[in-house]
Amino acid sequence: MMNSLHPSLVLFAGALILPLLGGKARKGVLILTPVLGFINLIFLEPGAGMPLVFMGFALDMVRVDKLSLLFGYLFHLAAFIGCIYAIQVKDRIQLVSALLYAGSAVGVVFAGDLLTLFIFWEMLALTSVFLIWARRTESSFFSGVRYLLLHVSSGLLLLAGAAWQYHETGSLAFELMTLNGLGPWMIFLAFGIKCAFPFLHTWLVDSYPEATPVGTVFLSSFTTKAAVYALARGFPGTEELVVIGTIMAMFPIFFAVIENDLRRVLGYSMINQIGFMVVGIGIGTPLAINGAVAHAFNDVIFKGLLFMSMGAVLLRTGRIKGTELGGLYKSMPITASFCLVGAASISAFPLFSGFVSKSMVMAAVGIEGHLWVWLFLLFASAGVFHHAGIKIPFFAFFAHDSGIRTKEAPVSMLVAMGLAAFLCIFNGTFPALLYSLLPYPVDYVPYTLTHIVTQTQLLCFSALAFTTLVLLGIYPREMRAINLDFDWFYRKGGRLIYRGSEMFLNTLNSSIFEKFLPELVGQLRRFFREAPSHMLVGLLTPVWVIQSKSPSELRDKKEDLYQKTRLGALPIGVTACLAVLLLGILFLF
Amino acid sequence: MENEEPQEWQDYEDGLALLPDDGKKHFFDDKKNVRKVIRILFICCAILFLLDAVFLFEHKHLNFAEGEFPAEGWFGFFGFYGFVACVLLVLLAKHVMRTLLMRKEDYYDE
Repeated sequence: MMNSLHPSLVLFAGALILPLLGGKARKGVLILTPVLGFINLIFLEPGAGMPLVFMGFALDMVRVDKLSLLFGYLFHLAAFIGCIYAIQVKDRIQLVSALLYAGSAVGVVFAGDLLTLFIFWEMLALTSVFLIWARRTESSFFSGVRYLLLHVSSGLLLLAGAAWQYHETGSLAFELMTLNGLGPWMIFLAFGIKCAFPFLHTWLVDSYPEATPVGTVFLSSFTTKAAVYALARGFPGTEELVVIGTIMAMFPIFFAVIENDLRRVLGYSMINQIGFMVVGIGIGTPLAINGAVAHAFNDVIFKGLLFMSMGAVLLRTGRIKGTELGGLYKSMPITASFCLVGAASISAFPLFSGFVSKSMVMAAVGIEGHLWVWLFLLFASAGVFHHAGIKIPFFAFFAHDSGIRTKEAPVSMLVAMGLAAFLCIFNGTFPALLYSLLPYPVDYVPYTLTHIVTQTQLLCFSALAFTTLVLLGIYPREMRAINLDFDWFYRKGGRLIYRGSEMFLNTLNSSIFEKFLPELVGQLRRFFREAPSHMLVGLLTPVWVIQSKSPSELRDKKEDLYQKTRLGALPIGVTACLAVLLLGILFLF
Repeated sequence: MENEEPQEWQDYEDGLALLPDDGKKHFFDDKKNVRKVIRILFICCAILFLLDAVFLFEHKHLNFAEGEFPAEGWFGFFGFYGFVACVLLVLLAKHVMRTLLMRKEDYYDE
């Protein structure tokens, strides 16, 4: 038995009430919903469950342990900050889908079986796409369609994998899996799509920059972190994840350096951060899992903060490209300083949150002796400071003056950003609270002299490299351009298939229509119209001849028969028709 | 290319705000301040590099087990690695990635 509601229900209820209200009441409900959800969560007891038998399947809607609780708290916190940020939004679609989306993410992390997981997994996709479409531009619409395509595929893979697992093991329980058959591989791939594995990552950098300022803040908090949770639950210690995570940490930083859309830069740096988490899950030791989960927690807050600051810039100036911005510290000094806090946190400066969580993964990699992985991750740590730590604040708020003068971000947005900035510094300075929530006991000490000196050295020399390259004029200028990514294959390749099939099928169609159709149909028409009468006349003529009709009578008879068969007015036809009618009447009454 | 029109936000109570320049001078309008910040960064780097000397006397906690990757303990290893990594990153991104992957903004709309 449980003392609480299903943790998603409070958020769903809030989403349902929201559209009925207006003005202050709606704002109140928007803020209160995550708070009430959080209170409900506090009363959940570890070990509690919500068993349910559905169509003969034993399901467990709620599984409460340290791992699911941590993500539950995190998602409520993210929803709370997001709702404050969104309080001045008038568009009900955005608000409703944001709360439904948060509720689905909470459902994912508490799902104890694969079927429940699948349902919330699909809801995650369906509710979030409206945050992209809410921008109401043509490009956001198509981007949303591509987003949905990949996420629904992820859901289908999960369902197929779940069915396979049930067939093999006779259980739908969502527990530790090993990659030893098609079923686990399908589930792994389903998680991989949402987690933005290399080549499956394109939806993220495609759609996050297309959503509304508020939409992207919510999007960045839930989907990928729910997938990180799913991997940590289902596939900890899977060797493949170490390689996948290292690639994820490495390749996006190159894209981020040359990308012009600043929210897309953040999208790439998000994949880079998830790479660290995936490596941690792949290593699978308690220290590594703790590091991965702690970093997921911190990442939601500091990446949310960075997306919020860029959202505020987009809201106030209507622009988000590096080429069009610059010098905004003059008009938006508070937003700029919050952005700097987010930048310091993602770069893992001492006293900021990234410092206490990313290093756990690095330490675990070292202990396990993966030298190359460690070197690549260190490269990526320097790289992330370079593009997310320096480039984002530099091109938006400093660099050359774009001449844009605007107002500081609205108060509600400043409050949300301030809260996130506070959490970044709090978690970085006093990591004990975060550590106490982690799934395994922590005996890791982040603040050693070695760690502080080496990490600061790494970052300062990265900054030195940036400064030197800018001063020497080597640093690439922002350019109005886009960069091809793996989605080229389905965006251009899809068009190729479309054009190819259009050419083949339409040519086939028109040639059939022009040549084959008129003649054949004419022939068939003549055949069906005249063949029966000719056959009848052929059959009856000998009879008439035997009856010794005169030639004129014979001709009249033939004409009459042709006429009647053509019109279907033969006495037998009429009789048959009447008989059917009669039978029909008898049957009906 | 001309800049696009900034996007208006109908769904927000308090959205787009484009104001005229009030002519006020700000901190970085003075080039002296920019130079000051850069100088501070240089000094920080120098201090941090020299701070590695502490570990001549103090034990350095390495990530790897003894003897597995001794370079980690070298004087200024992290600073050197960070600097080289960033330079490599920028040069590769600028010369290789841009050459191969950069397209016009309307590439997908054609």
